[in-house]
This record gives sequence, structure tokens and C-alpha cells, in this order.
Amino acid sequence: MALDKDTLSQFLDALDRFVKERLIPYEDRVADEDVIPPMLVDEIRMMGLFGMSIPEDFGGLGLSMIEEVQAAFVLGQASPAFRSLVGTNNGIGSQGIIIDGTDEQKAQYLPALASGDMIASFALTEPDAGSDAGSLRTTARRDGNDFLLNGTKRYITNAPRADLFTVFARTNPEAEGSAGVSAFLVEAGTPGITLGQPDRKMGQKGSHTCDVILDNVRVPAANIIGGPDRLNKGFKTAMKVLDRGRLHISAVCVGAAERLIRDSLSYAMERKQFGEPIAEKQLIQAMLADSRAEAFAARCMIEETARRKDAGQNVSTDAACCKMFASEMVGRVADRAVQIHGGAGYMAEYAVERFYRDVRLFRIYEGTTQIQQILIARNMIRTAAA
Amino acid sequence: MKVLVPVKRVIDYNVKVRVKADGSGVDLANVKMSMNPFDEIAVEEAIRLKEADKADEVVVVSIGVKQAQETLRTALAMGADRAILVVAANDVHQDIEPLAVAKILKAIVDEEQPGLVLAGKQAIDNDMNATGQMLSALLGWSQGTFASELDIDGDKAVVTREVDGGLQTIKVNLPAVVTVDLRLNEPRYASLPNIMKAKKKPLDEKTAAGYGVDSSPRLEVVKTTEPATRAAGIIVGSVDELVSKLKEAGAV
Repeated sequence: MALDKDTLSQFLDALDRFVKERLIPYEDRVADEDVIPPMLVDEIRMMGLFGMSIPEDFGGLGLSMIEEVQAAFVLGQASPAFRSLVGTNNGIGSQGIIIDGTDEQKAQYLPALASGDMIASFALTEPDAGSDAGSLRTTARRDGNDFLLNGTKRYITNAPRADLFTVFARTNPEAEGSAGVSAFLVEAGTPGITLGQPDRKMGQKGSHTCDVILDNVRVPAANIIGGPDRLNKGFKTAMKVLDRGRLHISAVCVGAAERLIRDSLSYAMERKQFGEPIAEKQLIQAMLADSRAEAFAARCMIEETARRKDAGQNVSTDAACCKMFASEMVGRVADRAVQIHGGAGYMAEYAVERFYRDVRLFRIYEGTTQIQQILIARNMIRTAAA
Repeated sequence: MKVLVPVKRVIDYNVKVRVKADGSGVDLANVKMSMNPFDEIAVEEAIRLKEADKADEVVVVSIGVKQAQETLRTALAMGADRAILVVAANDVHQDIEPLAVAKILKAIVDEEQPGLVLAGKQAIDNDMNATGQMLSALLGWSQGTFASELDIDGDKAVVTREVDGGLQTIKVNLPAVVTVDLRLNEPRYASLPNIMKAKKKPLDEKTAAGYGVDSSPRLEVVKTTEPATRAAGIIVGSVDELVSKLKEAGAV
């Protein structure tokens, strides 16, 4: 349901205030201790941030795509670790159920995901299957009314605290590529699941990923997303989920870019060299202007694409354009932010050093830039050939 | 017991205030506005009284321009039950003076019959610190100002007041007007789900004229000026030099 203008602006104001007063002041501590303090997790839960994209009927906020990206512009201003905490429940962890799930699955899981009482994780990637998701090796072998899952999932975001996994596994060993893959809802307590050590990442400290090892994990056929009828159709679910996520991630990139620009501008206006603030220097001004224009371009692309998605249009190609452009853009903006800060930008005292490492991931996960390029170009060729 | 909380829409405390070129006041055009922080504390306290079963309804009221309904929506999202908007001005630059506000509030109190009026001690825009006191005089009710602690004890309110050099605890008869200070509590955030729910809570719209109160200004603002900018400092080479400079300036 679309919010009226007043409610939306009140919503975004409240979020902005929460980000500035509660999240940003904790960034350094979260990065140092590699953990979000539990009381802050509770506050994030109370604010309703876990359920932004989950329908109102299931206790979420039911934001439209344009509303969700506007919220992500704001949330993206704080360390990506916070966004990552709520990211799976709002995105890849819940969208499969929302898009393709049965009524029972929705009723069973969405309210707890919306409140944040349950954390969801999306287990697609494997040691030998990243962008090439069609080469999945995890298997699901039928055993009566159940399936037995075996395999290893890698770099699974929020796995260490997850209560529910969406696991992609091959249900038809005869089928090639992405055919013959099904999506299973697997609760974390199910016997046979073990977690690896948390991965040692370049950035985004406070957000955790790890391996998920499945050893004869028994899951009823009813736990296939969409029920037994959607056997072997899991890859289609995965693609739909990733499509929506691209716009969300793009918007987070814009939020991070705007934060980096704000930090750079305030530093440049204070830092004096050769008798004046460096912001007066034209070479610094060029960097500020380039960053501002690029962030603005990304913001416009995303808003336009989100509105068209809400209007029911197919935005697959443009969502991929947004993800590619926005994630590459924030990489350039972060690089300039460090450059504007000079030596200080290389030091952990300034947030730009941390953001420089944090934003590197945006060009990689939920589809690398190169995968987006292929997707965009293939769609172009397909449309032209039709 | 019903608690009535007046809330004022003021310039956001994070905004850098700019004086209008003609010196008639502060420029409020396209400036972010929020609930007066002291009023936010009053709303929080009222909600806590309700959560502790010491109050059964929290009614918020705002007197000013129509846009003050955004402020009321925030109070509703925090947990107030219903809201009353009294439109008393069309121009965002017109401040409704404390006596006019107190008279309107008295009319609302007569209608609503609350057991307690909880107000901010002052608004951060004009720092009058008068409305609560005037209201208690108009009503003939007890008052407790600058509350840093509040407890309801039967038909009495126990108010700890922040006074010069310490704290004073008083017990006043209910109904009463209590104005709150900064350290009373830390207001909660209006959560996103509650913002959505607040849309469905009742918000009545009234006018100052409807209460028979003339809200036009009685005071004339002669001049408004920015605070003086701080003069640049100097760097001294040694403690001796510092001491001699301070002596020159007559500071030691």
C-alpha cells in the first residue's frame, strides 16, 4: 500500500533521525568489536526496520519499491553493517516466500521475519557456484515425503544468527544448469546443519557471513517454497528475488555515496592548506562536483526505475543498470573521499577509511558488475532480435 | 485519569537558525520543523504514565498553523491516543503568545477535564517559559514546574523540581499543571510501524476563534539579531607570553 505524502515524509524523517542519533554514533564501536550491540539490535527491531518490504497483512510495513528505495537512501548513510542486519529479512531472505510462497509458508514465517524475531538467510552461493548459480552441487534426494539435503553453502550473509535458511539444492540430477533446482525453507535447528567459522572479511565488520554445511538434512516436501508444485522451479524464484534486491542495493549505494560526500565536504571546508580551506582549491572542487553529479545520477535512475516497477513494468534491464552504475559510482566516490581527506583518509579515525573498504562489496554481491553487464547486453540483444 | 499534553511545532533543534534580513524574526521558510524537545519529553512521560496504568488516555493538543498536525502525528506515533489541532494562525512566522495559548488550553481543559496537564517547560524557539504557569493560574490549579521526576500518588502528584543549586520535591493536588525539564526522561523514537498506525488515530481540528480567543500578537518584536561571532584567537609561544598577554588584557 502506498503511503500518503505526509506519512512518507514523517517516516523518512523518523528514520533519518534514528540513523543520525542512534546508528552513526555506534559505527566505530561496531567496527572495532565486530558486533552490533544487542540493545541496538533491539532498537532496530522496535523501529520496524526488519519488516519494511514485508506486506502489512503479515506485520510488515509493506513499502512500495519507490518507498523502499527512499528508506534505503537514508539507511545507507550509516555503516552498511546495520543495513546488512536487516537486509536479508527485507530482501533475499523473505522475498522468495512473499513472491512464490504458499499461504501457509507466508503465515508461518513472515510475521516473525517482519518483527525481526526471526532472522532469514539466503543460501544460494557455493564454493564452486557463485555467479554461475546453475552449477549448484548441493543435492536434495527424495526420501518418501521428505528430501535429504547435502552440500556446502558459502559466504552466507547473516548465517551465524539465522533462524531460517532459504536453501537452493538440485532436486533433479538429470537436468542441466539451472533447471532441476528447488528452493527449500530450512529452519536453523534442523539436525544435520552445521555452521563454519565466521569469514574474515575486508570490511563491513559487525555483519557476518559463514559456510553452511548440510549433512543429510531432512526437510519435508511441503517446505519447498511454493509447495511441492514448485519442485525444480527454485531458480526462477531466485531470479525474481534478486531482481528486487538490485534496486534496494543500488539505493544503499547512493546513501553511502551521499554520506561520503557530506563527510568529504565538511573536511574540505575545515582543512586548511596554503592559507585557505582546501575546499577553495579547484582540484578538490572537481572531485566534489564529480561525486555529487554521479550520486545524483544514480539517485534519479533508481527512483525512475522503482516508480516503473511499482507501475507493473518489467524493469529487469534497468534494475541491472542501476546496480551496476550505483555500485561502481560509490566505489569512485569512496576513492575520491579518501583522496580529499589526504593522509587522514588512510587513517581509521575517519569514517571514509572504513567506508572505502565497506563499499567494495557492493560491486560484487547480489550479482557482480560483470554479471550485470552480461544481463543488460543480453536483454538488449534479445529485444533487438525479437 | 486523562493526561493532556500541549505540543508546539518549532524549528528543528539541528537547524542552523538564520535571522530574516529585516530583523523581524527568524526565517522559517522551507526550514525543517519538529516537535519542541521539552514537549517530546512531556509526551513520553504521559505515555509512561499510561503504560504504568496511572493514566488511561493521552490527548495531545497543538496550537498554531495547520502544519502543526505533523507534530501531532509524531505524538500519536509515539503513543498518544488522540489529537486536537487548534488553528490559530496562517503565517508560519506568527508566534502565538503564551497568554493566548494558555486561554485556548483552558477552554480545552474545560471540555476534556484531564486530571493532569503535562507540558514542556518552554519552547526552544522563543524561550518564554510562561504558558504552563499562566494556564495553572487561569485554571486555579496547582503547578509543579521544571520536573525532573514525576510520580502519581493517589490524588496527588509528587514532582521533583530542578531548582538552583539542587532538587526540590513537592507534592501537589491533582488536577495539576506540571511542566517538564530535560532530565525527566529520554523520549522514545516514533517507530515506523507506529507511524503507519497513527494515521488511523483521531485528530480533531478546531480554531482559536471557535474558542473565542483572539490569538493576534500583543507584543511587538523590535529587533532580532544573530549571536555575536566569536573573535579569532591567537597562538602564543610560551606560558610566559600567555601570562603577560592575559595581564595586558586585564584578565589576571
